[in-house]
Amino acid sequence: MKHLLTTEGIDPAQATAILDTAASLKQALEGREVRKLPTLRGRTVITMFYENSTRTRVSFEIAGKWMSADVVNVSSSGSSVSKGESLRDTALTLAAAGADCVIVRHPASGAAHRLAGWLREAGTSVVNAGDGMHEHPTQALLDAATLRERLGDLRDRRIAIVGDVLHSRVARSNVHLLTALGADVTLVAPPTLLPTGVEGWPVTVSHELDPELPGLDAVMLLRVQAERMHGGFFPSAREYSIAYGLSERRLKLLPEHAVVLHPGPMLRGMEIASAVADSPRAAITDQVRNGVHVRMAVLYHLLAHEEETS
Amino acid sequence: MAPRQRGATDPAGERELLSAGDVARTVARMAHQIIEKTALDAPSAPAVVLMGIPSRGAPLARRLAVRIAEFSGVEVPTGTLDVTLYRDDLRRGPTRPLEATKLPEGGIDDKLVVLVDDVLFSGRTIRAALDALRDHGRPRAVQLAVLVDRGHRELPIRADYVGKNVPTARTEEVHVLLDEFDQRDGVVLR
Repeated sequence: MKHLLTTEGIDPAQATAILDTAASLKQALEGREVRKLPTLRGRTVITMFYENSTRTRVSFEIAGKWMSADVVNVSSSGSSVSKGESLRDTALTLAAAGADCVIVRHPASGAAHRLAGWLREAGTSVVNAGDGMHEHPTQALLDAATLRERLGDLRDRRIAIVGDVLHSRVARSNVHLLTALGADVTLVAPPTLLPTGVEGWPVTVSHELDPELPGLDAVMLLRVQAERMHGGFFPSAREYSIAYGLSERRLKLLPEHAVVLHPGPMLRGMEIASAVADSPRAAITDQVRNGVHVRMAVLYHLLAHEEETS
Repeated sequence: MAPRQRGATDPAGERELLSAGDVARTVARMAHQIIEKTALDAPSAPAVVLMGIPSRGAPLARRLAVRIAEFSGVEVPTGTLDVTLYRDDLRRGPTRPLEATKLPEGGIDDKLVVLVDDVLFSGRTIRAALDALRDHGRPRAVQLAVLVDRGHRELPIRADYVGKNVPTARTEEVHVLLDEFDQRDGVVLR
């Protein structure tokens, strides 16, 4: 694997290999005094975040450091980006400075893909850490890792993705990955928060949450992305919460074994009730923990093998 | 370095070095040697643990433990130690899948750790294993047991217990076959 830009069209065998590596890494690091592996010694990983992020940036940084890579963080403020340097020039500069891998988050959909094209000659690997409303593949991988931990094989598992699908790169990446792994995905959202063309996705669509709940193995809640909403997508936060928020009443409608996921940052009382977020059914902190192991696995699959040309 | 397993090859190109019976006898002899050298059944015995290096070192370690228990009455804890993440040749091939690491109950601190592998070749796997051990704790001493020593060392590493020394050409491949993976026991040269 040279880049990780999208989960669309991902080879299920490749995805499973990454998830298996992540599980092995988690097991190998558990209870250890020294949580550091020498595997990527001498490799340089640069994170470029053009959008705010806590968990993703920190998670990638820890992942790189635990694998002994040298990790350098670049953010748009405080770098030449604020002087007006283009994404392409910044990327070429970082590659020339010796980056083996660039991890990029950018508000424009397709940014990571463009970057991979510009960096082809330099041989630098690119990881998409979220591009606009397009994709966030490592989030999907860590969601899948968490679900596999709790549910085992995901084939024929019923998973609902609930909420602001329209603005969600997490939803897009998860739809592609989870269906590639054989899961049965249902999107639950008001019509205003579903993208056009959703009919072409390999999913079922529903506008009502309650009837879906009893048949689910997992429910994934999405953050309502106010920062990307310019207009009336729903009448009020309260109304949204009543129709699509996972309340304590709704938690009771879920089967006993069903898992509750949220990619974070979560808005308690909006898409998820506080008591639900803190319940043992919620795997939200597991998701964060698995995020580090999944990102270590991704770096391993990108950087720990002989050079390939692509 | 253990030879990477390939798919089934023409059995005509194979030369048997150890039969199934030889493997069993060799493991039994190595168990006796470990008991004798570590004096693990003495009153002031050091705590010995066997750490198998996956894939084939892991079942070998378990087999040795069974024999050691049989001959000495001492139950020796076993574990597995995957060294993939510590290898120095990761960038010389396709992505290697990881295997399980499982420390024995009680860890390895202050224990006499016997590393167990199927084939000793360049010594690079053992170099990686020593580095991996260091991240898991501080054993009192580390020894090495291998079923086959095929020579061609690239590092100053030697085994404490050797099942069979086999002179080989560098281009030949030594394959240890174990029931757990290959549905039969034996050692063959290809």
